[in-house]
Amino acid sequence: MSTSAIVMMVVSLVIVWGGLIAAILKLRAHPDEPEEPPVVRDAPNGG
Amino acid sequence: MPNQPREQWGTRAGFLLAAIGSAIGLGNIWRFPAVAYDGGGGAFLLPYLIALLTAGLPLLIMEYTIGRKYRKSPPAAFRRLIRPGEAVGWWQVAICFVIATYYAVILSWAVRYVGFSVGQQWGDDPGAFLFGDFLRVAEEPGSVSEYVPGVLWPLIAVWVVVLVILAFGIRRGIEAANKIFIPLLVVFFLVLVVRALTLDGAEIGLDAFFTPDWDALTDGTVWVAAYGQIFFSLSIGFGIMVTYASYLRRRADLTGSALVAGLANSSFELLAGIGVFATLGFLAASTGGQIGDVQGGLGLAFVAFPTIISEMPAGAFFGVLFFGSLVIAGLSSLISIVQVIVSAVQDRTGMNRQAAVFGVGGAVALVSIVLFPTDGGLYLLDSSDHFINQYGIALAALASVVVLIWVPWFMDRRNNLATLQQNADATSAVRLGHWWQICLGIITPLGLGWMLVDALRQELDENYEGYSTGFLLATGWSVAIGALLIGVLLSLIPWKQADRDAGLDEDILDEGKS
Repeated sequence: MSTSAIVMMVVSLVIVWGGLIAAILKLRAHPDEPEEPPVVRDAPNGG
Repeated sequence: MPNQPREQWGTRAGFLLAAIGSAIGLGNIWRFPAVAYDGGGGAFLLPYLIALLTAGLPLLIMEYTIGRKYRKSPPAAFRRLIRPGEAVGWWQVAICFVIATYYAVILSWAVRYVGFSVGQQWGDDPGAFLFGDFLRVAEEPGSVSEYVPGVLWPLIAVWVVVLVILAFGIRRGIEAANKIFIPLLVVFFLVLVVRALTLDGAEIGLDAFFTPDWDALTDGTVWVAAYGQIFFSLSIGFGIMVTYASYLRRRADLTGSALVAGLANSSFELLAGIGVFATLGFLAASTGGQIGDVQGGLGLAFVAFPTIISEMPAGAFFGVLFFGSLVIAGLSSLISIVQVIVSAVQDRTGMNRQAAVFGVGGAVALVSIVLFPTDGGLYLLDSSDHFINQYGIALAALASVVVLIWVPWFMDRRNNLATLQQNADATSAVRLGHWWQICLGIITPLGLGWMLVDALRQELDENYEGYSTGFLLATGWSVAIGALLIGVLLSLIPWKQADRDAGLDEDILDEGKS
């Protein structure tokens, strides 16, 4: 493989796969907030 | 209608796997490698990433946010943003209807090819086998004389599997299936890629795939191709992501999930590119040739790959993995496409899931089974696929931005993007900046508009695939325009029940919480 091909392969993999890993870590650090109790469906509390 | 609570995803991972399963489809495996190769190899990464960041992810985030905020499928959700939005929503549903009918057919071929791989039944000439022995394609487009049982039966089987999974619902059907499909797909593909990389000549393929041709970046068509690849591969613009996000919990993360889903799709695509080109390198090395033109699509999967499978040691194993991957990737996408239709009908009529799946999903299956497994089916598939992609998905994506974002802004200075951004930011891992509004309000529509003008120019230059104008009018233009007309007509039907159900209560709840 030519040097330019190897460089582009490594750059592509680092950006795309690295981006995916970073996004997963970011998401894991931010758990969903708990759902509010379903009773609010019948009693809207204004808006 | 009894006001049943909306179904919900069981876990965040479950939603993500389903969203990734929907995005990863046949296009990732057979479209991306050829598009990237034609678009400057390694240099294509630049326009591709720019398209992902400026158009793909912003639109994905918009669809997630609309789905979660209004908790409805596209027609009802878009209607809440602006009344004419409902037409765009139904248009997208009609597009899903068309795509589902032929996507299942390609899936049925892949199912058969898993079996053909075992004995390499395509023999010495996989092209002749595909079009002659297997599909029995008629000489002329437009003539239909017989059904092809070799396609008909697997097609029926594909539909049974899809409808049964859908009938089990969001959590026990779609989520459970994707929890099996996606890990399995990744394992299959990793084994494939490792095998491909250890073949003689793999480096020739990777060299061809990654060597950058920077001059290509000055070519407008390469940029159009990059935006096109992002739109078609992310499953955006035809309502799937709005629908899937409508089953999220109210406080679920949106932007972080969109980043993960979008980058997972691109990661898989890149992996597929490496696998496909390593394999093509093996073919080039064994025939003493070079990698010249690489055709994507059906030719790559059903002609080039069988040729290679016959050449390589333990080809049957490789073949089963490759076509097995196509089946899994396609199945998880097809499920999401049909779910859009099922969900839209449920939201409108209040029909329960089973009735909607077997009634409406059954109707899609019937159309698919009646129209496509014939000797003329391939031409019909090719033409309707081309036109519904260009003048269905891409145009409807553009229409969604124009109708939902631009029109409210120009009519009464209502900034729907700001409202949506606020809604997404309230619960999400990654906060959206103004860049999101700029990308979505300006860059995305410009990219899409450019794509469409370019496609239309080519269309008028020469007939697609050299088909006759009459055939293209009957099977291409009419399908694309028909989807639009049906969308508009469905939005004009008054639905008292739906109006009542889509009342203000959820808005009040929503505003109160966010």
